[in-house]
Amino acid sequence: MNTLDRAIGRSTETTFATNKVIKNTYLLLSATLVFSGMMALLSLYLAVPVWTYTVSVIVAMLMGIFVLPRTADSSAGLGVIFAITGLMGFGLGAVISMYLNMPNGPQTVGLALGGTGVIFLGLSGYALSSRRDFSFMGGFIFAGMLVMMVAVLANIFLQIPALQLAIASGFILLMSGFILFQTSQMVHGGETNYIHATYGLYLSIFNIFISLLQILGIFGGDD
Amino acid sequence: MNIWLQIASAAFVGLLLFFLYPAAKHWMQNGPKAKKGDWQAAAIPLLLVVGFVILLIAMVR
Repeated sequence: MNTLDRAIGRSTETTFATNKVIKNTYLLLSATLVFSGMMALLSLYLAVPVWTYTVSVIVAMLMGIFVLPRTADSSAGLGVIFAITGLMGFGLGAVISMYLNMPNGPQTVGLALGGTGVIFLGLSGYALSSRRDFSFMGGFIFAGMLVMMVAVLANIFLQIPALQLAIASGFILLMSGFILFQTSQMVHGGETNYIHATYGLYLSIFNIFISLLQILGIFGGDD
Repeated sequence: MNIWLQIASAAFVGLLLFFLYPAAKHWMQNGPKAKKGDWQAAAIPLLLVVGFVILLIAMVR
């Protein structure tokens, strides 16, 4: 009986910890998305040049690689995650401004924004409600990312529009898979740090939005 | 794109590859294997995403 009580107690503790990670992740994700949106509006207002996007993303990702892992277990991690997402949002404003100046630009940006929201909410809702373990997708997602990175590296110099389209489509699929993977990691206790979880989900949303912008920009600018 | 920006971007992507490779290797070698029905459960929402993106493309054309 004692063993059973302990087992139930441990299970309740685990469930409580999991729910706390999920709640904190979505709260922090909402806050970082709002902050990122505000920074995008600021860069739109300041009319920053397009290269700001590349520089902002590089600096933010370097912080994600070198600073975030060292601070994610302390309260300083919160400042770092806001700095990263703020920088990425600031860079995004430069790209949005470029698309807004294209024919059908406002429609393209609106659809990309709405589409990203629908994809993220749909996939997160599915992973949370089905409670399936999608950790088996880890190998596929990380191998896919490696392939995508090699393609991105090649296209920095080749600049082939068809390859750009293929990369954007591949990123949407991979990032959608990553949302399922990351959400199920939180549900099943594979991810216990809400700052890391927020960073992963934020990057997925960011990449889906940028990829959708590129795809809709290419197809919408045909006429 | 400015040549220096291209070089900086390429160096950065190379760095990402360097940091991503161990994680990819770990997940490919030690990650849990799919059970029956697992891939089907993942493929359905991903196919819905593909369909949704095609719908968005049709809306801008």
